Amino acid sequence: MTPFRKIKSIVMPFDKVNVDTDQIVPKQFLKSIHKTGFGKFLFYNWRFDSNGNLIPGFILNDPKYKDSKILITRDNFGCGSSREHAVWALKDYGFFVIIAPSFADIFYSNCFKNGLLPIILDSKTVDSLFQTSSEIEVDLEAQKIKTPTTTTSFEIDEHRKHILLKGLDDVAMTLEHEDKISDYEKHATIPSLL
Amino acid sequence: MPQTLFEKIWDSHVVVESDNSPSIIYIDRHLVHEVTSPQAFEELRLNKRRVRRPDLTIATMDHNVPTSNRSLPIVDQISEIQIKTLEKNCQDFGIQLFDIQSPYQGIVHVIGPQLGITLPGTTIVCGDSHTSTHGAFGALAFGIGTSEVEHVLATQTIRMEKPKPFEIKVVGKRKNPHAITAKDIILSIIRHIGTNGGTGTVIEYRGEAISDLSMEQRMTICNMSIEAGARAGLVAPDKKTFDYLRGRKFTPKNYDDLVSQWQETLYTDSNASFAKSFTIDVSNIAPQVSWGTNPAMVCDVTDSVPFPEEYAKGNEDQKKAAEKALQYMNLKAGTKMTEIEIDRVFIGSCTNSRIEDLIEASKVIKGKNVSSKVRAMVVPGSQMVKKQAEEMDLDKIFKDANFEWRESGCSMCLGMNPDILAPGERCASTSNRNFEGRQGTGGRTHLVSPVMAAAAAIKGHFVDVREMDLN
Repeated sequence: MTPFRKIKSIVMPFDKVNVDTDQIVPKQFLKSIHKTGFGKFLFYNWRFDSNGNLIPGFILNDPKYKDSKILITRDNFGCGSSREHAVWALKDYGFFVIIAPSFADIFYSNCFKNGLLPIILDSKTVDSLFQTSSEIEVDLEAQKIKTPTTTTSFEIDEHRKHILLKGLDDVAMTLEHEDKISDYEKHATIPSLL
Repeated sequence: MPQTLFEKIWDSHVVVESDNSPSIIYIDRHLVHEVTSPQAFEELRLNKRRVRRPDLTIATMDHNVPTSNRSLPIVDQISEIQIKTLEKNCQDFGIQLFDIQSPYQGIVHVIGPQLGITLPGTTIVCGDSHTSTHGAFGALAFGIGTSEVEHVLATQTIRMEKPKPFEIKVVGKRKNPHAITAKDIILSIIRHIGTNGGTGTVIEYRGEAISDLSMEQRMTICNMSIEAGARAGLVAPDKKTFDYLRGRKFTPKNYDDLVSQWQETLYTDSNASFAKSFTIDVSNIAPQVSWGTNPAMVCDVTDSVPFPEEYAKGNEDQKKAAEKALQYMNLKAGTKMTEIEIDRVFIGSCTNSRIEDLIEASKVIKGKNVSSKVRAMVVPGSQMVKKQAEEMDLDKIFKDANFEWRESGCSMCLGMNPDILAPGERCASTSNRNFEGRQGTGGRTHLVSPVMAAAAAIKGHFVDVREMDLN
């Protein structure tokens, strides 16, 4: 995974609550056996009409936000299905950061496995960022979001921060605890399925 | 220190605990299906890793399998690639697979308990959010993403922050338990606590109304915990739990010893404290129907479609969401729910496709006919459910009433196979999600119980199933 440190971009204001993963990437695109190429399916049913034409007025279709790498949205983003395809689509489309007052648990966890940084901020701060039209900078190392006029701190779990900053592989890190896993298996009685 | 059931299971599975990073938790059961696993196996290959415990891993294909004649080839070639990929992955990594021809094939959350794979006090994961279903047996069961599937395959553990325990007390006696079902209880709960009411928690459902429920009804409740945002939902095991699992395919040989151990440990201590608590009285609840595009947008069947401002209670974001939902659903606020006409009926999904669901629905339709305006289908949750239903002649009741009687799978709950709604079609569905386009692009889903779906199939519109003879 590519390390993530800092990003500067305008924010795409995505003004919806409870955006579920069925909207982020509809089910007809879940049949791929690979992780790549999901960006073109991002918010497919909101982005394209039944003939495959862009729906004007939908924010992803607004040229103003074409190069935005930061999505700002409302409560409970990523609820519903556990599909990691939702994160692959957001990442592949070009987003590196998503800011919201809250995220659904599985989606939140999936983000960190793919170098996508979800930031939780209180609703008031999110409201004010919704109004920012200039570029903002997200600095993971310093845990700060800078606008031309303000600096806001955000919280993040140390382990997850470390993983993102270094671009580490969670599996390799867990396998460093091989002795402890083996030890657990020696003492636990888990009925086999064979 | 007194502990909740969830905390006891969690503590007994901690491999590595750390204050400033997620704990490493051991996984006893890993269920795998075709849609969320291919990329995980691919990563294993790329990194030259093996599956650590194939003996604790089991696979089936459910999400995209056709529910039509199984002797015919699969028409959708991309689906077929996904199915073939799972076959190859299971073969290469030594994982037991119940494939499309197996008598044990079915929705992963239906076959787990049926085969005795699900056990009290265990940790169970699957790359599917409805894994919470298995919590009905007093297991800690939750959905994970594909990277986590890879992590579990490689390490048999998961890294996770400890969720907080959330108590939901379900009290009172249902007046008509045939008409007011477990589905109505869980929809009422989500309606009250919201789609993020359970975020960051594991719910324990407690109280007399939960004890009264059968195992299959408890599964319906736990299944939809994720629709309230919870990581998992569980119910402390009791005699019903132990009896249900006795003598199944994978039930351990020393089962009675295990039951004795479970009885001594698997309950919430009397003085344990929960981070959150909510109480619901079910003595007066009505059959529930969803009107919007998330599972908290629900009302009584006797109600009318709500006005957005009335639903939002002053929250501007919720008001906008309700307006958009009504537009998508093509519903006018103030319309009586019983006046809403439907085009399709789907009885199935990991929420409501078990034998008791089919028995209850069959009572409603016996001797009657599906409305001429409605296309209705029953998709049993597994081949075992299908067989059992056929032995009871339930298939005849459904077919005589003009229901389609299909093969098992997830089917129109998420429409990854050919079973989908056409744009604009309105469906009474026993599934778990009414998101936009969930059952087919432009399709409109109303979540209901199996008896409510059956009643709507016959009348062509929603009806209060309490008015029908269910005996």
